[in-house]
Amino acid sequence: MLHKSAKALSRRKFLISSVQSSAGLVLGMSLPLSHAEADNSDAASSVTKTLSPNAFVTINDSNKVIVTIKHLEMGQGTFTGLATLVAEELDADWAQVECQGAEAAVEKYANGLWGKFQGTGGSTAIANSYQQMREAGATARAMLVGAAASLWRVPVTAITVKQGMVHHAATGKSVNFGVLAELAALQTIPQEVELKDPSEFTLIGKKVSRKDVGKTSGKAIFTQDIQRPNQLTALVAHPPLFGAKVSSFDATEALKVNGVVDVVQIPNGVAVLAKDYWQAKTGRDLLKVQWDESVAFTKSSDELMNEYKALAEKPGLVATDNGNVDEGFAQADQIIEASYEFPYLAHATMEPMNCVVQLHSEGRTFERAELWYGAQIHTGDQMAVAGALGLTPDKVKINTLFAGGSFGRRGNAHSDYVLEAVQIAKAHGKGVPIKLVWSREDDTHAGYYRPMYFHKLKAGLDKAGNLVAWQHRIVGQSIVKGTGFEGLIQNGIDHTSVEGASNLPYGIPNKRVELHTTESKVPVLWWRSVGSTHTAHATECFLDEIAAVAKKDPVALRMALLKNHPRHRGVLELAAKQAGWSEQTKSSENAFGVAVHKSFGTYVAQVVEVAKSSQGYKIERVTCAVDCGVAVNPDVIKAQMEGGIGYGLSPALLSEITLNKGKVAQSNFHDYQVIRMNNMPDIDVHIVPSTEPPTGVGEPGTPVIAPALSNALAAAGAEREYRLPLKTQLV
Amino acid sequence: MKISLDINGKKQEVDVDPNTPLLWVVRDHLNLTGTKFGCGMALCGACTVHMNGNPIRSCVTPVSSVQGQEITTIEGVTSSDLSKESNAVVEAWEDIAVVQCGYCQSGQIMSATALLKQNPNPTDQDIDGFMSGNICRCATYKRIKEGIKQAAQSMKVASINPSSNDVAINVDDSLFYDVGNEQSTVAQKTESVNASVMDQEGGADHVA
Ligand code: FES
Ligand code: FES
Repeated sequence: MLHKSAKALSRRKFLISSVQSSAGLVLGMSLPLSHAEADNSDAASSVTKTLSPNAFVTINDSNKVIVTIKHLEMGQGTFTGLATLVAEELDADWAQVECQGAEAAVEKYANGLWGKFQGTGGSTAIANSYQQMREAGATARAMLVGAAASLWRVPVTAITVKQGMVHHAATGKSVNFGVLAELAALQTIPQEVELKDPSEFTLIGKKVSRKDVGKTSGKAIFTQDIQRPNQLTALVAHPPLFGAKVSSFDATEALKVNGVVDVVQIPNGVAVLAKDYWQAKTGRDLLKVQWDESVAFTKSSDELMNEYKALAEKPGLVATDNGNVDEGFAQADQIIEASYEFPYLAHATMEPMNCVVQLHSEGRTFERAELWYGAQIHTGDQMAVAGALGLTPDKVKINTLFAGGSFGRRGNAHSDYVLEAVQIAKAHGKGVPIKLVWSREDDTHAGYYRPMYFHKLKAGLDKAGNLVAWQHRIVGQSIVKGTGFEGLIQNGIDHTSVEGASNLPYGIPNKRVELHTTESKVPVLWWRSVGSTHTAHATECFLDEIAAVAKKDPVALRMALLKNHPRHRGVLELAAKQAGWSEQTKSSENAFGVAVHKSFGTYVAQVVEVAKSSQGYKIERVTCAVDCGVAVNPDVIKAQMEGGIGYGLSPALLSEITLNKGKVAQSNFHDYQVIRMNNMPDIDVHIVPSTEPPTGVGEPGTPVIAPALSNALAAAGAEREYRLPLKTQLV
Repeated sequence: MKISLDINGKKQEVDVDPNTPLLWVVRDHLNLTGTKFGCGMALCGACTVHMNGNPIRSCVTPVSSVQGQEITTIEGVTSSDLSKESNAVVEAWEDIAVVQCGYCQSGQIMSATALLKQNPNPTDQDIDGFMSGNICRCATYKRIKEGIKQAAQSMKVASINPSSNDVAINVDDSLFYDVGNEQSTVAQKTESVNASVMDQEGGADHVA
């Protein structure tokens, strides 16, 4: 390891020099608790016995392959996915592979699709890691092979590797990776590695066990579980309205609570610090805070929606303009119009927002900060924390833990709850670890919702029933405006507001998509599948309405309009076939609805089968087809489709955040309802075989279910609804 | 106030406000962090533990009300009186890859275990009824249902096969390691689950 030349390193993009000397760090850094330190010292003493050719792979002398995962594991299976890529090219035994979350370190762990920025989102983990992680595994393999060759004095070409064992056939010699690790570390890091042909894959494409372990025994460590010496738990009284500020507060009663040690004011409220959660919560609830509401947001959802509807009557900024829409409508024999309303949505992750921070100071100035939480956009959070403390980012260490769900919530360019934890620690000033915990109510009220939207669509059909004109107006807040992601706004159009609509694949000669971006103090954020959460619903429901007017079969109409989009056609065909669309729609008592949508490079079609009885409608089955290129982990893909469908069913049927004179009306799962076991349909997932580069699966299952369900209900005879959540009661 | 508790077969004393919910006592005072906080209002099931083998929501259970009762958390369930059910559940969970983010799963496993104790052969409707108090925001419901059915099935197989029956229902540790029936996959699997449980217990002290 010590004699690789700097030159050799610079030739390979994925081999980053700073990692070479840090094998000990690589081993210890993900462990949040006291034994992390112990492991660190072990690692330090065994450094020379460890092969760590890059920032991702470490092989130690106990024959463990430790893969450092640069993306947040929030349930989507990225530990499993990225480790599969490494293990495949390394020819490791799957049982010897362990994973750990990467710390914030952009020079090593940037998201290859986001430039110089470490973070997880947009279903990019597999897509940006496919080559990188395979190369990381192949590099380590080549060094193990080199070590075996020099040990046995045979040519490298005579060495084979299989399931974690290195063999020399002619002499029958065999040894595991652990034995070779020390020797392999002395090999020169290869400048080029050969990757397998897909026909040689033994792990990619197979079902493997998940590597985010400890989740069935209670042992997996989430932010909520961090207990550091002298740690205090903080709860915050937040403003009752967005934009309100603390004008004064009385902490007398709060400070009387046993265990409460401090009450501090921070920019967005008043924090109570105590030895445990219950004491902090009791104290927080006893605070008397006077709020200055003079500039607070006080509108109600209905009021906002009326403003949106008025805006939709006027032309907006043009996002897409194909052909000549006005001429298209002039030629049309029939005009169809519909509009769709979408409320604000909370992410409602199972683990409410939380963050542990410890500040280290020298005299009166802060020297460095260490954080433990389910970090999703490491670089953004690191810079925000550094800025808040007047430090350089390298003085902010972020340890990445498992997140109890995110669905977009933890990837916030405003770093809201992370900064809140830092502000509390700063105000308390004692240098002890602070665990900020939000209650479910805090989490539900805090904002950063999926924005409210209004969609107005108009289509023109010619005499033969062909779709000749399409106009689509979208009204809603921008997610990225005023954030570090503002580059996604071009010519005034926030791409995340129109994606899925502006790139509608259907072959319509005259098409225009327009956007009105509204302003509001209600904080908004991406929510699993972002723009597609609303654009897919509006476009796919509207297309079914067109099919009904034109008396065309919904699948056949889509197939005809998707002539130039073979992958859309592929998933549509597969879902329709597996659901028995053509036979069933004719013969079955049940009704069927379909939708197809591409998001984040992945194509998904779903068919919903609905049964009608005297009690009402019941979802019998959802058939889902997905094309995400090479299927790295088929079982994880299926799980993400199932989960994505379940996640999308909540806003389809139950969930909405509403504002009443600015105040969020919902607070916990009794009034922000989400689907439960009894609402979950049976789901069949089918994967389109593909050799295209892999794309993500965390989000693309979600946006398709609401329109497919709405279309099925309409086919079953239910009245069309133009607002989510649907009022139709399901049984 | 000093309160004595029986948690996972261990007598413990804590000094807390008697109104403190059991959840925060096990998490913040006993460092048994496997039991999760999701809502604090008995709405989500993340905090499910067993009291005398029955599921309760620890977030709304004052700690003073459980004195003298046997409390089991996820950390202790695979070696509790419900070990047969919980081992079958955990094994099925792993086999089917139920878990996504995992945050709800301690609660799901505690509920599923209690369900199988009360009803070793639940129908889909029974499962819906019993499990609908447990929210999973990752919506792993389909696999949870499959997992419960698979666990029920494996318990049935275990009770038909006499040699694995010994393994599955006997809580005496010494017997777990003396299976002697290489042919029985159920027995083998049960053994390995049990081994990982032992491991787990060692780990729990670490975490504390
Ligand atoms: S935390 Fe107890 S039921 Fe939700
Ligand atoms: S696995 Fe994430 S909430 Fe259930």
